[in-house]
Amino acid sequence: MMPAAATPAARSGDSTIHVRLGAILLGYGALAAAACLLAPLVGSTHISLARAFDRSIPFADNVDAQIFFVARMPRVLAGAVVGATLATAGVVMQALLRNPLATPFTLGVSAGAALGAILVITFSTTVSVGVLSPVPLASLGGALLAAAIVYVLATRPGRTISTAVLLLAGVTLNSFFSALILFVQYLADFTQTYRAVRWLMGDLDVGSFGPIAASLPLASIAFAMFAVLPRSLNLLSVGADSAATRGVDVARTQRLAFLSSSLATAAAVSLAGPIGFVGIVVPHLVRLMVGVDHRLVLPASALFGAAFLVGCDLVARTILAPVEVPVGVVTAMLGGPFFLWLLVRKS
Amino acid sequence: MLRAESVSFGYGDGGFLLAETSVAITPGSLTGLLGPNGCGKTTLLKLLSGVLRPRSGRVLLGDRPLAAMTRRELARHVAVVPQETHPAFEYSVTEMVLMGRHPHLGVFQLEGPADFEAAREALDATGTAHLGARNYMTLSGGEKQRVIIASALAQATEVLLLDEPSASLDLGYQLEVAGLLARLNRERRVTMVLATHDLNLAASLCDRLVVMRAGRVLAQGPTNEVLTSAMVRQLYDVDADVQFHQRAGHLTVVPVGRST
Repeated sequence: MMPAAATPAARSGDSTIHVRLGAILLGYGALAAAACLLAPLVGSTHISLARAFDRSIPFADNVDAQIFFVARMPRVLAGAVVGATLATAGVVMQALLRNPLATPFTLGVSAGAALGAILVITFSTTVSVGVLSPVPLASLGGALLAAAIVYVLATRPGRTISTAVLLLAGVTLNSFFSALILFVQYLADFTQTYRAVRWLMGDLDVGSFGPIAASLPLASIAFAMFAVLPRSLNLLSVGADSAATRGVDVARTQRLAFLSSSLATAAAVSLAGPIGFVGIVVPHLVRLMVGVDHRLVLPASALFGAAFLVGCDLVARTILAPVEVPVGVVTAMLGGPFFLWLLVRKS
Repeated sequence: MLRAESVSFGYGDGGFLLAETSVAITPGSLTGLLGPNGCGKTTLLKLLSGVLRPRSGRVLLGDRPLAAMTRRELARHVAVVPQETHPAFEYSVTEMVLMGRHPHLGVFQLEGPADFEAAREALDATGTAHLGARNYMTLSGGEKQRVIIASALAQATEVLLLDEPSASLDLGYQLEVAGLLARLNRERRVTMVLATHDLNLAASLCDRLVVMRAGRVLAQGPTNEVLTSAMVRQLYDVDADVQFHQRAGHLTVVPVGRST
């Protein structure tokens, strides 16, 4: 026990960030690992975890291992990667815009990705680079283009970014791209429209490890940038001028935050389509559990986001089995009411 | 220690908000910054804290121009208390105060015993230690302002710039914040610059005054020399009695009417 003279502040402060960060990494890490290991066990065919990891049976003869690693693991890992990137991108975007209701899609990155994907689907382009097939490639291009346009509109050399301009540019770009998407859809036939709509729902059925590996470089760059941001994000979310006088290079922090969250979103959306609400539901749930310090919220959101989306996809795979519902439908059905609850709670 | 040498500032295409202004802040002083709305007080404070860069002229800390210092370096010497602070998230009082330690910590460094000690001292000095675990957003106006002052104190700087720190507070809290500033200036030798509309607050608290109008400095010097009826008329177009008040022990300003 602390001496009686110690203030509550001292107690909560001293018990401290080191311990809490360690506990969060361990606890949420275990949760994410458990989700990734257990989720592949569930499905139309029953398999055993022990048998799947039994090295005494050759892989070619081990049906459990084949189902575990080849049939189900890619989908689970895609869920983990997408969940982690969208959740952290949401955290960073909310701090950058100083708005708890912002999402990774607020600034038009997902609309750009959607336009790219739908152009390729409609005009059946077959350009591919390495493991990247046309649709992910085009959606990645669209996402990066959208981010670049917003960035150019909202930044001035050496000046801090106006969040109002950022928000306006993003929202405008969102609706402009949506109009273009409708126009392209109008030109499409029924099959193409069906494929486009399915893409827009968001789906983790990536088929193999290839697409996941392809999204990792971009996601890794984003996470490396996230790593230097947390304390600056705390100060930025209190106010730009106040952050500057506490020693934060505001313009640099804003640029890093925008670029990293855009890259993370682009990586996630090009892998699995625009899976909604992960980027807002997860950060808020995490804040309810660990508080608002970004040094805790960011790693906790990455790990909890991974577990959350793997869990949602498990529901999506099983709720109407053998039909597999796109995971975006599940997250939206959870996220919509949650978002409304947040709004009501705020006011 | 902190001085502006003929600095000018204006936004983009507009005119100058501040023209050829020179101000010298005496070490250890508590300097009041007076002037009507829009006279450039806040702009001058932002130039002194390096948040804005002057279009011409320069601001020096000691003999080093601010332009040659990083934000982090500067924040170890100069702290700012703004008029109001609205965090986007529900930080606790302790978290808000610990943010003052930012310029003393490396990128990946977490707060250590020295930082908690600095925060605890700042909380004690501002009488906010009992609020530590509270959510900042649920505090009263006076408590919030004291917490922000604590956060600036935890920054452990020689200079503290305050932009109307008690503007939104009632009389009781105004006196409380004023007393706190006087004590910190006296006991900790923190040099302070205080922008305010409250002439009586400035008269009671400040040993030096800088008076501004329309982006220019009209006078600067010891309070007793600068604060006169003539100066009040020149600043605000107000006819006022400026007298030494025996019980209060300082000059007082009683506005009588609009001067014609």
